[in-house]
Amino acid sequence: MDLSTAKNIVVIGGGQAGAQAVQSLRQFGYEGAITLVGDEAALPYQRPPLSKAYMKGELAEDRLYFKPAAWYEDNKVETLLSQRVEKIDRANRQVLLQHGGHLDYDAVIIATGSRPRPLPVEGADLENVFELRGLSDVEHIQPKMIPGKKLVIVGAGYIGLEAAAVARQLGLEVTVLEMEQRALARVTSPVISSFYEALHMEHGVDVRCGARLGSLKGKDGKLTHAVLASGEEIKADMVLAGIGIIPNVELAEEAGLPCKNGIIVDEDARTSDPRIFAAGDCTVRPLAHYARTGRLESVHNAIEQGKLAAAAIMGKPRPALDCPWFWSDQYDIKLQIAGLSQGYDEIVVRGDVEAKKFAAFYKKNGRLIAVDAINSPPEFIASKRLIMSGATVASETLADTSISMKEIAAAAA
Amino acid sequence: MPTITYIDHDGTERPIEAKNGETVMETAIKNSVPGIDADCGGACACATCHVYVEESFMDKVGQPEEMEQSMLDFAENVQANSRLSCQIQISDELDGLRVTTPESQH
Repeated sequence: MDLSTAKNIVVIGGGQAGAQAVQSLRQFGYEGAITLVGDEAALPYQRPPLSKAYMKGELAEDRLYFKPAAWYEDNKVETLLSQRVEKIDRANRQVLLQHGGHLDYDAVIIATGSRPRPLPVEGADLENVFELRGLSDVEHIQPKMIPGKKLVIVGAGYIGLEAAAVARQLGLEVTVLEMEQRALARVTSPVISSFYEALHMEHGVDVRCGARLGSLKGKDGKLTHAVLASGEEIKADMVLAGIGIIPNVELAEEAGLPCKNGIIVDEDARTSDPRIFAAGDCTVRPLAHYARTGRLESVHNAIEQGKLAAAAIMGKPRPALDCPWFWSDQYDIKLQIAGLSQGYDEIVVRGDVEAKKFAAFYKKNGRLIAVDAINSPPEFIASKRLIMSGATVASETLADTSISMKEIAAAAA
Repeated sequence: MPTITYIDHDGTERPIEAKNGETVMETAIKNSVPGIDADCGGACACATCHVYVEESFMDKVGQPEEMEQSMLDFAENVQANSRLSCQIQISDELDGLRVTTPESQH
């Protein structure tokens, strides 16, 4: 469907994907009306620093915003903040707002993102039990980050571990509870899990794997203890839940768009309705180099799908697809991830784990499919290219630090 | 406030009043300077904010740190005056700085 003459585009969601879609629409020459509807009070901002530099107090709030308020005015983007969409009425091509009123549309981009999975235990509603997704969460958490206070983090995923690092650096006593037998179990290999468990223990974090939270106990509505399934009680001044996210698919689902753990989109970020696109955490998309579909919770994905949707609407050639990438900052360690390691059949470690400078390469049927690079940018950047080109690189070569990544990439090209 | 001039690959100059403490990348993004993507938002994780620093400012801007240098090693069309603009912090000393953006960041 040719939408390049569209006059009204509604973007639902003011996160990274929504912001990117808006910028790309203007960049690709769209001149009609754009309305960005977001349920947060703030203009679109970067989420990654919320569990890193911003939480630590090292980054001023105004540096989180993608664009200053004037940009939206100058580019004639109407922003409806603190507003939620009630319904997408496909028959009448209208987006209905929860506060009343509606927006007519020629095209819609759903960028509703995701929300933290709530703690499924008794006491989750006690005071001083937090989740971490938006600016307002940090506003609540930050004043409680007082040296000596006891913080229990539920879930040793990236958010939980990043928050643990910040809290330790601010002088809190930190316990991390992980239900699985290792940290980061869902997202990486045992090599990287052990590294991060050791790193956090070295910094004084009590990392408990195989520890299931049973309930949260309080007094007068205020949290006092985290209680494990084993019955053990851990004193807690605050609890932070980081047990994963749930994609916000409800609007799409109610509009009759196919969803399966995410809104199903094609390689142009288009849903089953040719006028409706979806971008970011809320989608399930084709993963070009992995011959499958999947949901990616990442900045890379939000940016890429925002661009894809805008390009498809404007009839522009599909932007080049990037290799999926991610990063995490904890203490003085930068982890950079390229590719998706799920389904690997071989791990090759390059570098020095003790020196905290190494990379774990993941291969499947001889092909490089992903890398976790710890303080090793060359391994990360070179792998992005090797993964995209479908290169096969001998494991002995990858493990041999006397051969530079530059040489390895050149030889495989 | 220091002025930074961004020059795109075909020579168009955009002088911009910058804020001390922000980076050359942030100033570009907030002012919609084309040619700088900055996908990771300044975490030195993506190398899509590559610029060429005018020679006369090379001393004032200083040398890249190790992390940035290794990212640069793999960027496209790197020159001796290449920097990642997210790693250049603006101060009065950089008033008048001129940087050129490459044709593409990918």
